Amino acid sequence: MGAAAAPLPAALNPVRFVGRSALAGVRRVGSVALFAGRGVAAAFSAPWFLGQTLRQMLAIGFFSLPVVGLTAVFTGAALALNIFSGGGRFNAEQVMPQIVALGITRELGPVLAALMLAGRVSAAIAAEVGAMRATEQIDAMVTLSTDPFRYLVAPRLVAAVLVLPLLTAVADIIGVSGGWLVAVRVLGFNPTVYVRNTMTFIQEWDVGSGLVKAAVFGFIVALMGCYHGYNASGGARGVGRATTHAVVSSAILIFASDYLLTTLFTRA
Amino acid sequence: MTAMPKLATPKLEWRGVDKRFGGQVVLDGLDLAVDAGRSLVIIGGSGQGKSVTLKLALGLLAADAGQILIDGQEMAAATPAARRALYGQVGVLFQGAALFDSLTVWENVAFRLINADRVPRNEARARALDALSRVRLGADILDVYPGSLSGGMQKRVGLARAVAARPDVLFFDEPTTGLDPITAAAINALIVEQVRHLGCTAVSITHDLASARTIGDEIAMLHAGRIVWRGPPAELDTTDNAYVRQFVEGRADGPVAGAI
Repeated sequence: MGAAAAPLPAALNPVRFVGRSALAGVRRVGSVALFAGRGVAAAFSAPWFLGQTLRQMLAIGFFSLPVVGLTAVFTGAALALNIFSGGGRFNAEQVMPQIVALGITRELGPVLAALMLAGRVSAAIAAEVGAMRATEQIDAMVTLSTDPFRYLVAPRLVAAVLVLPLLTAVADIIGVSGGWLVAVRVLGFNPTVYVRNTMTFIQEWDVGSGLVKAAVFGFIVALMGCYHGYNASGGARGVGRATTHAVVSSAILIFASDYLLTTLFTRA
Repeated sequence: MTAMPKLATPKLEWRGVDKRFGGQVVLDGLDLAVDAGRSLVIIGGSGQGKSVTLKLALGLLAADAGQILIDGQEMAAATPAARRALYGQVGVLFQGAALFDSLTVWENVAFRLINADRVPRNEARARALDALSRVRLGADILDVYPGSLSGGMQKRVGLARAVAARPDVLFFDEPTTGLDPITAAAINALIVEQVRHLGCTAVSITHDLASARTIGDEIAMLHAGRIVWRGPPAELDTTDNAYVRQFVEGRADGPVAGAI
């Protein structure tokens, strides 16, 4: 029998910590990637659970409309005020409609809609799936010859990917309208000129790129909710932890992927 | 030389199964077999690996070593399609019933029929009602959500779901935990009735001795990851096995250390 390894000196503890954290990070990335792969594979192969998908589209999309709409209208209004005020420093107040439209469609519409969904939907998915894990409902599903990836994960992924662009389109319209409202009622802009300036300036890809971003964000929101809920452990506390992790990781991944997609789109 | 009689393949077999979580050994070379049509109850203290034994058989956990065979077929080595077919032969009553709380009672009972077997909903509903009637539940709860049922009724619905597809093997995970003695006796009676009616093989885990005596043709005691005793229920009171004696008499002192 070989001699036991000598304990490492305490001075190496920081190195050990960094190494352990790095390994845990790599393991987590791999685990999420495998989970996402299984979810996507389930979404693209039969049997499909269309009823589940439609139910999720309703829960994720329709019931998120009020919160997304309210966020968009206030953001559009505040953006208009800020740009008017900031633009005044170099006599550029008149380009405010164009900048509001650009900011909402390319950036704020998809990002804010996704963040609202991260808070409302990702948390709800993690809590629901986590509670199903804690009460053995997912185990029961497996023994009833039904793949949880097809029944639980794929419908949520598909629903979020389809619905978030629609929500973003609504957020774009409401956000620009919020800017219009402030511009006309508070800042004295001509309503017709504001609309004409917006419509002539904005290009299809400004809106399209925001909708593509929204689809990616939708995938992230549903994926994080499902992943953290599915892997929840430790009863009620574990479900609570899964919910927090789902929201935080969704938000971080939304911002990170937003930067990457924006880089990609502005270079193209 | 006399030819050896050919032994029948057990319906369910754990062969040299090891399972550990981190450094903790839960199952240590577990060997256990159940013949077709028999009802085996596994008893043992808390934390001795009873639930793990069941989850390994159901393919919900993977063994570190050894094999788990259903009809001689290894669940872990089965293709996804073969595994689904194996699950088609299996019914499970989970400890907390594990009913889907977003679905009504009939959708729970007919879950496999609707989602795996793609039976039309009208037919699935009729078969769910038939399964519910077998556990003495009526049509009045068909459209009720599980959250509004008592613990005993949830167990009955769970049992109806387990037997709805007429399985070959039934698993019961602590079927009477959390129930009052009268409801527990009713659940035990229903389990015996359903196992006999279907003529299936049953494996139950419990630490409720009254339940074990009622539903088991045989009882096996699990301790430290191995079977330390196996025999008919009547021998529970006569065996001199120290583990069984301590468990039956409910003594704190003895070879079985408490979980606290």
